[in-house]
Amino acid sequence: MAKIQKSEVEHVAKLARLTFSQAEIDSLTDQLNDILTYIGKLEELDSTGVEPTTHALKLTNCFRGDEVGESLPVDEALSNAPQREGGAFVVPRII
Amino acid sequence: MDYEAVIGLEVHVQLKTRSKIFCSCSTRFGAPPNTHTCPICIGMPGVLPVLNKKVVEYAMKMALATNCEIASVSQFARKHYFYPDLPKGYQISQYELPLAENGWIDVEVDGQTRRIGITRIHMEEDAGKLIHDEHRPLSFVDLNRTGTPLIEIVSEPDIRRPEEASEYLKKIRQLVRYLGISDGNMEEGSLRCDANISLRPLGRQGYGVKSELKNMNSFRHVQKALEYEIRRQTALLLDGGQVVQETRLWDAAKGVTHSMRGKEEAHDYRYFPDPDLVPVEIERVWIEKVRQEMPELPGAKRERFVKEYGLPPYDADVLTSSIHVADYFEECVRLFHRPKTVSNWIMVELLKLLHQDNQEIDTCPVPPSSLAALLKLVEDGTISAKMGKKVLEESYKTGMEPQQIVQEQGLSQLSDEAELKSMVARVIEDFPEEVAKYRSGKKKVFGFLVGQVMRMTRGKANPKKVNELLQKALD
Repeated sequence: MAKIQKSEVEHVAKLARLTFSQAEIDSLTDQLNDILTYIGKLEELDSTGVEPTTHALKLTNCFRGDEVGESLPVDEALSNAPQREGGAFVVPRII
Repeated sequence: MDYEAVIGLEVHVQLKTRSKIFCSCSTRFGAPPNTHTCPICIGMPGVLPVLNKKVVEYAMKMALATNCEIASVSQFARKHYFYPDLPKGYQISQYELPLAENGWIDVEVDGQTRRIGITRIHMEEDAGKLIHDEHRPLSFVDLNRTGTPLIEIVSEPDIRRPEEASEYLKKIRQLVRYLGISDGNMEEGSLRCDANISLRPLGRQGYGVKSELKNMNSFRHVQKALEYEIRRQTALLLDGGQVVQETRLWDAAKGVTHSMRGKEEAHDYRYFPDPDLVPVEIERVWIEKVRQEMPELPGAKRERFVKEYGLPPYDADVLTSSIHVADYFEECVRLFHRPKTVSNWIMVELLKLLHQDNQEIDTCPVPPSSLAALLKLVEDGTISAKMGKKVLEESYKTGMEPQQIVQEQGLSQLSDEAELKSMVARVIEDFPEEVAKYRSGKKKVFGFLVGQVMRMTRGKANPKKVNELLQKALD
């Protein structure tokens, strides 16, 4: 039984603002299922008593002090902007 | 049918750190657009955020102040959505493992105390600011605010009335200001509130369909928006209709809420743990250290003011409403040891002056030492209480010391007995008719005669002394 349905792929594509043809959706659904099946091999391991983790490293509490440092010059901050006006990024009106 | 409102609030509090939550850009407000940005807060690929320790400690303070349990391990998560004020395409927030959970605060409405549960408090980053062009179809993006630290405080759906919601918010503001972790200003956006509200038949368990209200930027607007929403949902339900789950914006000018009609799919944020940020581990020792640094909170302070200074609960309540007023009072009492007198002058005179100017006590031009000096002048009879009020106003206006005002304007009260006696004698001589009236039993004339002495001294005579001397001279 496939782990992911076509409808889920379509839904996630929509959330990510991606457009695919039907053929692409079919192929992506297959690929994602292959990946999940491969990863699913891990389920064969007995993980009783193993703490769930979000990181491979045993590292916690990386902090910085509350100190102000240099920011980018505004021209550099805006250097990738397709459009700018004064110091602001300009985007199509959103409301 | 009677309905009952079920209200839960989500409050965002902007923390008063110097630098942002994950980078060293300044959080200062009002800088030119995009001058406080760097590759981290602007969302460049390949950069690594590092957590500002002060953010964690500020959040811990609020958690302790609201009786929450602080998690021994918490984790940041990415919340995905697309909007131009969010350069990374996701907001770093907390989801499954928030910093703190299961707290409460008590709020009082009409003399009744209700305990409002707090589901969770978590840390997250703020988004940027958008300005929409009025004429052209353009929006301007300023990312200075992006990455400013926030805590989100989520309440249980325990609130039943709009007034309670407003009191709850005021309590949150009072706490963040006491703790010194935020300005807590709704009008300026350092305190923001969204409300979830649904109705259910009175006495019934379970929840109806809720709407989420946004865009309320004052306590009054939160209350008004909720009142409106209760009327709207009640009418809908009584009509046999149904409430639609949606986000509604409060329109303060029209006094209504209207649907945002979002095209977005129902919230699907695809949260997952942020691989760039390692878990935050908090041990007891750290919690205790933070607890030590916390100031006395409003409840404890109010109780102490009643016990230590013998103040009526009402006075203690007013004086502890803000930590600055409380500090002002205590500094004043340290210099002038009559707590109730100090309390009266602060509550009645000083707060009135500040209120007229829309000023807070921490910027008051009359420092506690000056008020204490003024009260000494009144106590030792140098000036009357009435004159004291005028001197306070003058000192408030000019920033001058009370002693200096009294001296320069010659306001000292005239208490010299010999001098006052001669004036009383002159008044008795000048007004024989009135004196005769008084002696024949028309005691009301006494006030007139006192008034004449006061007039001769242009109000400076010590009224108590004048009364005494006049009485003696007439009887």
